[in-house]
Amino acid sequence: MIFSFDIIILIFLVIAAVISLSVKDLLSASMIFGIYGFLICLLWAEMGAVDVAFTEAAVGAGVSAVLLIATVFNTKRRSSD
Amino acid sequence: MSEFFEQTIQPHFNFWIYVILMMLGLWAVIAKKNMIKKLIGLSIFQTAIILFYVSIGVKEDATIPILDHHGPEHHEVVHENGEHIEDAETSAHPEEVHEKKGDHSHGDDHGHDDHATDPDTMANPLPHVLMLTAIVVGVATLGVALAICQMLFKEFGTLEEDEILAELKDSASDD
Amino acid sequence: MLTKVIAFIAVAITGSLLLYGVADFPSFGDPNSPANAGVEGGAPSISQYFITESYKDTKVPNLVTSVLADYRGYDTMFETVVVFAGGMAIFAILRVLRSKEEPPKPQSRAETFVHGDHNRIIVGTTCKLVIPVIQLFALYVIAHGHHSPGGGFQGGVLIGASFILLALAADLKTALSRLNEPNYIRLACIGILIYAGFGVLCQILGGNFLDYGVLQPVLFTDGPEMARSHSMLGVEIGVALTVSTIMFAIYANLASRGTLNEGL
Repeated sequence: MIFSFDIIILIFLVIAAVISLSVKDLLSASMIFGIYGFLICLLWAEMGAVDVAFTEAAVGAGVSAVLLIATVFNTKRRSSD
Repeated sequence: MSEFFEQTIQPHFNFWIYVILMMLGLWAVIAKKNMIKKLIGLSIFQTAIILFYVSIGVKEDATIPILDHHGPEHHEVVHENGEHIEDAETSAHPEEVHEKKGDHSHGDDHGHDDHATDPDTMANPLPHVLMLTAIVVGVATLGVALAICQMLFKEFGTLEEDEILAELKDSASDD
Repeated sequence: MLTKVIAFIAVAITGSLLLYGVADFPSFGDPNSPANAGVEGGAPSISQYFITESYKDTKVPNLVTSVLADYRGYDTMFETVVVFAGGMAIFAILRVLRSKEEPPKPQSRAETFVHGDHNRIIVGTTCKLVIPVIQLFALYVIAHGHHSPGGGFQGGVLIGASFILLALAADLKTALSRLNEPNYIRLACIGILIYAGFGVLCQILGGNFLDYGVLQPVLFTDGPEMARSHSMLGVEIGVALTVSTIMFAIYANLASRGTLNEGL
């Protein structure tokens, strides 16, 4: 656990979450959600939870972003908010 | 300044961020009208809870919860001294060690028993186990939710909550 | 607008209450917090038992794997069943639509996404080179989960991701020709049956459900600890089979709106 990394990653995490919830383009929102997953994977690795980090790297940054994009592709890309 | 930082910010910063992320997710679920946005909010809520659990298990200056598996054997070779090992065993865990030896006595086990791990040198593995499965189950449930979104789109041609509600109201007044 | 105001008030109240509660938490990284060391004067925390004793019980250096597959075997088994049920639910939700009339196309492909063939060669060649490496690494992760980070869930997701990558790079038909629908459903069922089969085998040999120690005479190991270690590998393989096939099934159904004939 290195606290200065912790603080930086957590701040980026909040920024990524806010941007991902505020953009109107759902494709961008999905991509930024993928970035959010990757940042949180870094956070797990930093806190010593290596198995959780490995799972999050495969699931959060990879598969769930792809699933969101697949749904956005099959529905509408624009969102009202 | 650094004293303030160490005493006020450092002990609870992770927990503040967990509250902020959780509230962001909750706000998205309530206030956003688009279904995909609501799902992203739910996922952020989920990761906030995982952040809470993993933060609880962190110990300062602790390493990852994996033992050095070549260590014990090596240790045994270096200290191949029956008397010494016996002493270390009894001082570390008197009851457990003897119980273990009574249950199943194997020649090569004895080397590991003197290599008692100090719990404070390793991160708490229990929250990791609980959250590891939660992440994988989370992606399966996200998939189910996305499938329902696709079905909603097929039925109503939109993913906006207010438009779906208006259409439902129209069809109810038609009947 | 009113919804947003109400939502903001609700979130602000909940958040401030939670922040007020956070002040009483043990500080971050404290080794003597109740979760890490147990309550003062009471019994020591169960996690301390896992750290000090689990190597003697199971001979698995990765504590997370040993707790996941042995001490909390029931939990992991039913988490796998939840993943399986999620995949089947998606199958059921989206497959009903096919019997209805052909759904309208949302938008034309060119309008939504830039989709050209000019970069197919680069993407195709890269994926051809990368996919075998990903799958080999996934097998390593499953088999080496006892000694390094990894295990059934991680390796399974990696195998599933390699099939998803194939479907993204070529098209869904190519990926489905490698692993078609009846086969992936079969493999997912087999994965759960392997896990439950280990439990039933333990019962047949006179132990409790998922108490791997009694498998010693079947696995020809020296000591019940090694039997536990080997059985953990077995159940991890079951988990990996289910998770990998269900991940691919979720993607295939979502990307093609349940029809399985066109992809992203």
